[in-house]
Amino acid sequence: MPTINSIEDLKRLREEAQKIKEMRDQTGKTQIVVGMGTIGIAAGARETLKAILNFIEENNLPDIILRQTGNLGLSGMDPVVKVTLPNQEEVVYGKVTAEIARKIMQDYVVSGNVLAEYLVKE
Amino acid sequence: MRELALHILDIAENSISAGASKVEIVVKKDSLNDELWISVKDNGKGMDQELLARVMDPFVTSRTTRKVGLGIPLLKQAAEACNGGLTIDSQPGEGTVITTKFQDSHIDRMPLGNLADTFLGLFFGTPDVNWVLHYQVDDQVFEFDDTEVKQVLDGMPLTDYRVIDYLTNTIQNGINNINENVIKQGVNYAHN
Repeated sequence: MPTINSIEDLKRLREEAQKIKEMRDQTGKTQIVVGMGTIGIAAGARETLKAILNFIEENNLPDIILRQTGNLGLSGMDPVVKVTLPNQEEVVYGKVTAEIARKIMQDYVVSGNVLAEYLVKE
Repeated sequence: MRELALHILDIAENSISAGASKVEIVVKKDSLNDELWISVKDNGKGMDQELLARVMDPFVTSRTTRKVGLGIPLLKQAAEACNGGLTIDSQPGEGTVITTKFQDSHIDRMPLGNLADTFLGLFFGTPDVNWVLHYQVDDQVFEFDDTEVKQVLDGMPLTDYRVIDYLTNTIQNGINNINENVIKQGVNYAHN
């Protein structure tokens, strides 16, 4: 490791340590990503994200990393939601309305049942 | 899109893709001049003259996965259908401002829609960006900059249910208060 020669170096060291801590912290968390490209938005992805946020709030769910991103590139499947439970493979759901989002939150995120009927069909 | 707030969401996504760390959304209604102004300003990577000239074309996009970028052309069309227009100011390395103007009372002017949901979605879904909202109707202003909230939370997750509740109420109430004040003033004008 290069020596610390200045306050700036010290700041960088702290940042690195923080990132490592965050990465470790994130392995115990559920990550949910909502696709918010133009088509996604037109298909109702904002309402999907809102439903997920409301569910988190109503049920006081801890350790959820919620993100929205641009187009996820899955033609015809918008709104798309990707869910990664701790230590699990990513699961991709398609045509996720607000109502289906609530189901996914309850049945998969909370209870671990995959809900195969909403998975993206390639 | 059925709401201008959804167009705002769409344009803000461009800002995120451009690597912005700060995005300011401004919605201003000017009753005297019958104008509605919407702008999205970011400090992302910006566009050079060449890309700027081409970006209004739906078949131009920075994306590599698809060959179509509909957001800007669609919004431009929506504005022009209302005696308005869309302009872009952008400098490579500095950022971009997309400004749209609508004739507020135009029969084809789509509703603003749920601006709170758009802003909250961006705030919770992209926490690394500093989000600023300026909502103004004539002289009534609601301004929200998430800097203070994030400073106070100091790394605590935004999706804590109390934070969601607080932010949702702050944004919704801020916007609703402006709208209610405007209605009240409208009643006063009618009586005078």
